[in-house]
Amino acid sequence: MSRDVQLDRVTMRFGSLTAVRDVSLSIGAGEFFSFLGPSGCGKTTLLRMISGFMEPTEGVVRIGGQDMRGIGPNKRPTALIFQNLALFPLMTVAENIGFGLEVRGIPSSRRKARVEELLDLVALPGTGEKKVTDLSGGQRQRIAIARALAVEPSVLLLDEPLSALDLKLRQHMRAELRAIQRRTGVTFIYITHDQGEALTMSDRIGVMRAGVLEQVADGQTLYDHPATAFVAGFVGETNRFTGTVAETADGMAALDTPAGRLLGRNPRGLGVGDRAALFIRPERLAVDGDGPNRLTARVSHRDFEGSFVNAFLTGPTGTLMVQIPHRGQSDPPLVPDTDATLTFRPQDAVALPWEGE
Amino acid sequence: MTEVLRRYGPVLTTVILLAVAVWIVGLVVLPQVLMVDFSFRPMLPPAKIGGPEDVYTLKNYATLWTNEVHRAIFVKTIWASALVTAVTFAVCYPIAFYMAQVAPRRRLPMLVLMLVVPFWINELLRTFAWYIILAYSGPLNILLVALGIFTEPQRLSGGDVGVIVGMVYVYILFMVFPIYNALESLDRHQIEAARDLGAGWLRIHRRIAIPHAKPGIAVGCIMTFMLAAGSYAVPALLGGPQSRWFTEVIYNWFFEGGNWNQGAAYAFILLVLCVGFILLMMKLFRVGLTDIAK
Repeated sequence: MSRDVQLDRVTMRFGSLTAVRDVSLSIGAGEFFSFLGPSGCGKTTLLRMISGFMEPTEGVVRIGGQDMRGIGPNKRPTALIFQNLALFPLMTVAENIGFGLEVRGIPSSRRKARVEELLDLVALPGTGEKKVTDLSGGQRQRIAIARALAVEPSVLLLDEPLSALDLKLRQHMRAELRAIQRRTGVTFIYITHDQGEALTMSDRIGVMRAGVLEQVADGQTLYDHPATAFVAGFVGETNRFTGTVAETADGMAALDTPAGRLLGRNPRGLGVGDRAALFIRPERLAVDGDGPNRLTARVSHRDFEGSFVNAFLTGPTGTLMVQIPHRGQSDPPLVPDTDATLTFRPQDAVALPWEGE
Repeated sequence: MTEVLRRYGPVLTTVILLAVAVWIVGLVVLPQVLMVDFSFRPMLPPAKIGGPEDVYTLKNYATLWTNEVHRAIFVKTIWASALVTAVTFAVCYPIAFYMAQVAPRRRLPMLVLMLVVPFWINELLRTFAWYIILAYSGPLNILLVALGIFTEPQRLSGGDVGVIVGMVYVYILFMVFPIYNALESLDRHQIEAARDLGAGWLRIHRRIAIPHAKPGIAVGCIMTFMLAAGSYAVPALLGGPQSRWFTEVIYNWFFEGGNWNQGAAYAFILLVLCVGFILLMMKLFRVGLTDIAK
């Protein structure tokens, strides 16, 4: 049975360091939720508090409505998949998967049947008698998933389990994880620093920085409507122009930047004189287009990526990245060491409060 | 071999090999062979050595079977050594586990120091210290009576209790460090994973920690048993007439009975028994020599 997870003003301090600060969040039953953030942002601490290996200094974790204070990891309806998987090397695959069932005193005949079922689920039938050390990285990954699912958790917690795999396998396992989640209906809480993983798999993503939950939304919203400058910079590639707000009107803001006056959306209600940064995605920049936002930069080099071209230009604010779809002969000419005029629509750019640098 | 030759040259290599050979043959093999030879001959006055009565015989070995007192002491030494090993394991496993998995890294040097410092003192002196602690009017008795555990002081030394307590203390390090070494390499996440899957502490130790530490436990048990079975000072000091150790019997044959042949036979029986114990432990724990060498 799948259950929801609620974090109510959860804070975790280690001495003078605050690893997680005042996080409140509700994760629905059966949801695939990811915490995304750079290393050290507190996402692993958060996961350990949900799994019960740490008790929050303040705040409450509720699973299925039940207060989890004082309930140890062995008593919680959660199962954790560790970054290094932590399979038991002295046990066979079947013993590994059956461990949680053994703990619950399930007789060995029923245990065996359940292990077979789980091996089928992770597409590794007949490997029960193998040693864990004889398996490949991807196979070990699946055994870890099967071991965690064996105890029929309401919530499955995954701590960057794909980071040790090579790119191809990682992409394959993403699809696999998503499929397993849909099939089992278990609530998945996934921790990653890889935005690609978070964007492709999750129903919703919580972006974390320095212990603070910056924004919670689905992937597309994060990408198109970042709430903070950090989210805009961390999720996907972007170009940034910092400056001061010169004018505001109708949900739009004009910024004075080293690249001139630039117009963008103003979702956070910036006022005249505020420090702000304007973000524009590389694929929203056009070469020689129309509109009020124009800037000139010198082409330094271009990378041909197949379906698109990444061009890098040196402008008044540093390096700019432009992504142009490759459609054959009609591609705009971006010749290295020549100047190009870049334009973008104001509604494609977003102005957000800026404190940094 | 060629590596040694290349590194040190022919002259130095020959010297090294000769030194090792002299050491092994002269200091290890020959004395043992001599003792084995002794053990199979009857004790004779010097004039008769090499004479017609100086023949190989099993008489010295048979003595142990015919002498009931010695046989009882022999059997007692074995089970008491096994008991010492078991108690030492029970005491040391939690210490080793704490050091390897629980204690913060920065506290480790202090812990190791606290364990090692008492061992800078000679074994005899440490045993004497226990002699005082366990004495009839010693501090332990005073404490136990004060706490109301006993109504009057008990005889703690001069018997098996004293000998076992003393030995456990003397051999702690030989058990703690092999187990600590083995447990240190246990990935903490494995313990957490087991816990996360619902396992209680007992099961975590039984299914995860102890299997992982098996080679270390085997080494610790073997060393403790060997040392306990071959111990002389502790039973001599802390034991009494009714808790004699087999080593004391051997000592008596050599230096009080003057019967080296008989003493050698007894010593050899003890050696065979200890080797047997090692093999048994290795089989029991299903560890090979290579595991132990790690």
